[in-house]
Amino acid sequence: MTVQSTPKTTTMTIAEAARDALAEEMRRDPTVWALGEDLSAGGIFGTYKGLLDEFGPERIVSTPISESMIMNVGFGAALAGTRPVIEMRILDFALCAWDELINQIAKARFMFGGQTNVPVVVRLPQGIGRGFQAAQHSQSLEAWLVHTPGLVVLAPATAADEKGLLKSAIRSDDPVVMLEPKSLFATTGDVPEGEYTTPIGEARVAREGSDVTLVTWSSLLPAVLAAAEKAAAAGISVEVIDLRSLWPWDRLRVLASAARTKRALIAHEAVLIGGFGAEIAATITEELGVPVARIGAPRIPVGYAPILENTYRVDADKIFAAIQKATR
Amino acid sequence: MADIDLGLSFLRTMVRIREFEQHARIGYDGGEIPGVVHLSIGQEAVAVGVCANLERADYVASTHRGHGHCIAKGAETSAMMAELFGKSTGTNKGKGGSMHIADFSVGMLGANGVVGGGIGIAVGAAQAARLLGKKSVSACFFGDGAVNRGPFLEGLNWAAVFKLPVLFVCEDNAFSAFTRASSTTAGKGATARAEAIGVETRAVDGNDVFAVYDAARELIAHARAGRGPAFLYAPTYRLDGHTVFDKAPYRSSEELERKREDDPLSEIESRLRQWGVTQEQLDKIHVEAREEMVRAMESARRAPLPTEADAFLDVQNIGAPV
Repeated sequence: MTVQSTPKTTTMTIAEAARDALAEEMRRDPTVWALGEDLSAGGIFGTYKGLLDEFGPERIVSTPISESMIMNVGFGAALAGTRPVIEMRILDFALCAWDELINQIAKARFMFGGQTNVPVVVRLPQGIGRGFQAAQHSQSLEAWLVHTPGLVVLAPATAADEKGLLKSAIRSDDPVVMLEPKSLFATTGDVPEGEYTTPIGEARVAREGSDVTLVTWSSLLPAVLAAAEKAAAAGISVEVIDLRSLWPWDRLRVLASAARTKRALIAHEAVLIGGFGAEIAATITEELGVPVARIGAPRIPVGYAPILENTYRVDADKIFAAIQKATR
Repeated sequence: MADIDLGLSFLRTMVRIREFEQHARIGYDGGEIPGVVHLSIGQEAVAVGVCANLERADYVASTHRGHGHCIAKGAETSAMMAELFGKSTGTNKGKGGSMHIADFSVGMLGANGVVGGGIGIAVGAAQAARLLGKKSVSACFFGDGAVNRGPFLEGLNWAAVFKLPVLFVCEDNAFSAFTRASSTTAGKGATARAEAIGVETRAVDGNDVFAVYDAARELIAHARAGRGPAFLYAPTYRLDGHTVFDKAPYRSSEELERKREDDPLSEIESRLRQWGVTQEQLDKIHVEAREEMVRAMESARRAPLPTEADAFLDVQNIGAPV
């Protein structure tokens, strides 16, 4: 992996890694620009901090609260030869621009017979985040996006991958949906110094193990790693795969691991029913026939009161219980 | 002021659009065009009057009723007809059909299957042009129905805030699908809404190609000079149904007959006759356009269909279907 081949690292937050990625790509390519609400203030998670000063208001464009126009302007600007980074603030607000994303951006290359690429990155911070923000600020909707032909779907969980994948996304000629781990923006990680990208479609083994393969992505990774640690203390060796890319996803790595451990578990923050875990589970079953289990949220909106939100939330204890059950 | 050459060039493009639409109708009725087609018969003056002011490097975003806009912007009719036939030689390799015809080589950024879908595309193309230091302007065509969708407000406001070179063209053909636009639009309508945002506006007879041309010329000059977006309201009339299979029972035959008297083709032809153009010259334009479309039909008929393998191509580069 490119990431491991660079020895020196710097510790930074995911938000800082994201900002560095965009800044580097904007320096490299003058057709890269960003548009979205409050970008002049650095974005709500600080992922655009300082960029206005360096690149000016023509390339760091603070827009009206007009989600469908933000998405559609990014689309039109991609058709006219630029590489827009479309900031949607949070995934839930992008639902105001779903027509532009699903009906226009995802389909344009095919629908126009390959006359054009649509090199946009759509940034969708998703999930419960800091908590207690209720049903319209907490959703995880990757299954909808992976279900849509034409889109590349990324879901990094670490600072190194946030940076490396965002850079790959900006260089991609396909429309890329970047599901950013809202709850982890302020968490730190080691980021390689110097130039690197993280390859799209490659999973990462976040912890090696031999009794069960646990596939996860995005904001659930820390809880999964905590559960794996607890399992290790209980004598269960868990191999944690951080998928990173949801479309395309790394079938080979997941299948190779599950073939070795003979058991698989998929954990995601999103609602379990119809979730992307079902696709992975079905693939493992079809290809290997080994036992597979899934854990995700119940099919309920995210409630505001702590007890309601926690009922929705997949946490380390629930994951640990699922590991025990899967390896029983 | 009589500009006969300009008038003849308008007429030529208008007649080519009319003939294209009539041949599309023949192709649909004969079972050769498999899918839905929305004809722009009666609305030719708007497409021609606006696009006659645009350069090749300028952009157009269109609607589900977009054949006229494509032809007026310079798209090639045999590739367009092949697209309607669903052939691999079509503008979109048979993957889009009538509602998605695009020709990026002439700045035609697509018809659009969603009402109001082209507005943001035009605004975005204008923003990109500015970023790239180009002088291009964008024009977006949309109907009376689109003024009741969010992108109309969002796009006007956006273009005004950023002073982008966009010409918004409301081609009011009197019907939002099967329903009269007047019964679904409150207040003083599209122009008043654009004015409220502070956008430069003009309202002209959309069946008078000279009037459309003159107004669009002023507004495009305004936009190109960096003075911000502009809005053109051009009421016209849809002489055909919403689609080729809509017989339009919601309007009377008397109304249709009355409206046929205002046919934009008749208007420009009578003007040209007054200026001394002979019937023979006019007939020649019709004959040539008809021959062009007959050739387009013939070549579309002979063209190869896409293959099953083509259904898997052009979806995406990374993570392409297998």
